[in-house]
Amino acid sequence: MAEAVDYKAIGTSPVRPDGVDKVTGRAQYGADLNLPGQIYGKVLRSPHAHARILKIDTSRALALPGVYGVITGQDFPEAEGGEIGGEGGGDVSDLAKNIMARDKVLYHGHAVAAVAAKSLSVAQAALDAISVEYEVLAPVLDLESAMAPGATLIDPSCFTKNLPEKPTAPSNIAAVMKLGRGNVEEGFAQADVIVEGEYRIPMAHQGYIEPHACIASCNEQGQATVWCCTQGHFEFRAMTAKVLRMHIADLKFIASEIGGGFGGKTVIYLEPLAVMLSRKSRRPVKMAMTREEVFRATGPTSGTLARIRVGARKDGTLTAATAWLAYEAGAYAGAPMGPGAMTVFAPYILPNFAVEAFDVLLNKPKVAAYRAPGAPQSMYAMECAMDELAERLGMDPIDLRLKNAAEEGTQAPYGPKFPAIGLKACLNAAKAHPNYTRPLPAGAGRGMAVGFWFNVGMQSSAEVHINEDGTVTIVEGSPDIGGSRASMALMASETLGIPYERIKVIIGDTESAGFSNVTGGSRTTFATGMAVIRACEDIIAQCKSRAASTWGIDADQVDWRDGAAIPAPGVNAALKPLALADIAAGAPKTGGPLLGRASLNAQGAGAGFSVNLADIRVDPETGKVDVLSFTAIQDAGKAIHPAYVEGQMQGGAVQGLGWALNEEYIYDANGVMQNAGFLDYRMPVASDLPMIDTVIVEVPNPTHPYGVRGVGETPIVAPLATAANAVSRATGVRMRDLPLSPPRVLEALEAAGR
Amino acid sequence: MDKIQIGTSINGEAVEFLCEPQQSLLEVLRDTLGRTGTKEGCSTGDCGACSVLMDGRLVCACLVLAAEAGGHEITTIEGLATDAGLHPIQQKFLEHAALQCGICTPGLIVATKALLDRHPDPDETTIRYWLAGNLCRCTGYDKIIRAVQDAARSLAHPA
Ligand code: FES
Ligand code: FES
Repeated sequence: MAEAVDYKAIGTSPVRPDGVDKVTGRAQYGADLNLPGQIYGKVLRSPHAHARILKIDTSRALALPGVYGVITGQDFPEAEGGEIGGEGGGDVSDLAKNIMARDKVLYHGHAVAAVAAKSLSVAQAALDAISVEYEVLAPVLDLESAMAPGATLIDPSCFTKNLPEKPTAPSNIAAVMKLGRGNVEEGFAQADVIVEGEYRIPMAHQGYIEPHACIASCNEQGQATVWCCTQGHFEFRAMTAKVLRMHIADLKFIASEIGGGFGGKTVIYLEPLAVMLSRKSRRPVKMAMTREEVFRATGPTSGTLARIRVGARKDGTLTAATAWLAYEAGAYAGAPMGPGAMTVFAPYILPNFAVEAFDVLLNKPKVAAYRAPGAPQSMYAMECAMDELAERLGMDPIDLRLKNAAEEGTQAPYGPKFPAIGLKACLNAAKAHPNYTRPLPAGAGRGMAVGFWFNVGMQSSAEVHINEDGTVTIVEGSPDIGGSRASMALMASETLGIPYERIKVIIGDTESAGFSNVTGGSRTTFATGMAVIRACEDIIAQCKSRAASTWGIDADQVDWRDGAAIPAPGVNAALKPLALADIAAGAPKTGGPLLGRASLNAQGAGAGFSVNLADIRVDPETGKVDVLSFTAIQDAGKAIHPAYVEGQMQGGAVQGLGWALNEEYIYDANGVMQNAGFLDYRMPVASDLPMIDTVIVEVPNPTHPYGVRGVGETPIVAPLATAANAVSRATGVRMRDLPLSPPRVLEALEAAGR
Repeated sequence: MDKIQIGTSINGEAVEFLCEPQQSLLEVLRDTLGRTGTKEGCSTGDCGACSVLMDGRLVCACLVLAAEAGGHEITTIEGLATDAGLHPIQQKFLEHAALQCGICTPGLIVATKALLDRHPDPDETTIRYWLAGNLCRCTGYDKIIRAVQDAARSLAHPA
């Protein structure tokens, strides 16, 4: 059990080990590697949102000088069915078809062919020379029409999963999920106030600045090396092996530096294409998406329709709640309805509730994980409803949450009892924050909301090598997307008792590091960190026994303190401490190189809670909203590198604000996205924002040696409702549909007669 | 396709290259010359990842034709550090944890240099508007703004 301890390294914010390379342009990202003799791959994409492929003629493309290979869906092996595993979830044959369409295209931008050529311009000419005949089908573009009886079917072999009785007709509803407790009717009967509302949350993109990119080189034996930007090279390797029916050992994946992912780089798109094109052309093939391709053809997150009903007694005690949640999956099943459903009521003690969630197919790109997948949508609806409830009850919105807040021992709606959690601590910190009590600027509203995310553990490995001079090299397998090398080095420094600067952290490739799941689920500092700590403990045990043999005493007579072996109390005190560097220097004589390791499947990630506050001003003439201040408060368990924890909180806050205020996929009637570029898909820029204030709350996670909880995803959950609640309070009009872009705010004001 | 021969100066060094007429300066920097410190996020002038200086002026390398660079002086992220070490802007970005994934960082540092060359003592609003052409999806900009403020201080009062 972690306790308040005086740490030496943990809790400081030193410069990250990979920092210099990243501020000088040396660091190599996905598109930065070039191999001798490489050629360029490009993808031909469907101009239709829904169509049958009748014929593809590639002969003219192949005849062009400088074209080395063309592939279509026909070239792929029949994929096996079965779960992909890992974070993304979904089905292998769907994954294969998403990478390259077979008989049907299911969204505008769906890949139908790919070419490899000596230059990008020749590759483009080759794409132009491919002719595809389509039979255009009606696209299904919104949840209501997709779910309606008699809807055009995206996949006629899709029968709704998890129904009590096996359905007799196919449907666009790929799966349903139900969750409940108590008696909802009785609960609502006890309520003095009931609020009810329907909320729309738009489809949004992770918006990482680095487009997907890879380079693959395949030899004549069919073995391939792939260098790519990925949140998890081991899982990319496994997915590619499954799609191409290769042995995992015949694929080597090297993770480049990664320019953002937020869940979007947990899925393969280009990698199998590059491997196949390299196999055909017997040359290294480099592929990179354009920004437009990223928007049109990679996985954004689900647009969602949510209906919420919440009842409470006069004193604010919640008596019952229901949620109906429909998540867009896009072209293939696998919307994050599960986590959305399990999240919606997680912050509260609720005796009676019922949740129904739907995974719905339509003609849009297949969604991928996006930071706390599914949670921002459902929590948005719930936290808006809570705000409305507070207004109706005449209660302070924080007091209403405090009255019902889950705490240690509360049974979570998704099953287990919470261990120590930080919700109440965050709420109290919010209440005490000067930003909550200072006078409200003219024309502004003050909003608040709660955020929650489960966090995950999963599998990680780490090796600790003690170099001949006592410096340390750590090899682990979690791509560093936001400073995790620094956290690993800090935890190793703390555990080993040596300075941070003597530790180097390497992200090994799939052949030089042990297996690790993706950098995702807010798991890296928690789970990979745990592996690093265990590997350090392994080394300490070995060092103690080396010291013992040097001293001629038993290993249990040796202690480890401040980076050195010392005799235990009561043992020959004249023995001089043996520092790590001494033991390393003597290693050849005491048994050879010092190598510590650990691999684990980490359990007990520890749920993360947050509270956000915002002051937002609305211009009633134009509908424009200005965020005047924003405060993110979050339980980090223990912040290993506080500056990067704050960074997660600030970055998540701004992503959430973007989603709340401006970001959305805009489609025309044919299912063509109208804003597939950064100019029109408007993400927040520096001049849109104030400083983002942060408060790190630390309620240690009992299962982690230093008390760590994941911090990466929770920050995006609360901002949506925080923003909408602030705008609603500023205008006196309840906002339910996001984003709160100027036209939509004006429309809402006009509808309310303001 | 016929190639054009271009002579330019990159980070103070004379550089000659051949390019196709439609190629951007960004393409040539990254693919022809192997200077991959300048990043590509969109190629449409909307993200600023490709920010470079052309005769001291901040431009998006993806919007400049490579052929247009002829006779001009280009400064890229690779040209900021010197024998004496990192440029103060680079140092402050590190100290303030102003990068998470780091893909926006070269562009932001180059844009900051252009800003501070013109406005050595900018207020927060000036910084935010100057950097509004540089998207960062990871940080929420807070720590970037603080790094720029601190870099301005340290350039004004070198230690
Ligand atoms: S790559 Fe030039 S602005 Fe985005
Ligand atoms: S640090 Fe990732 S985009 Fe700025």
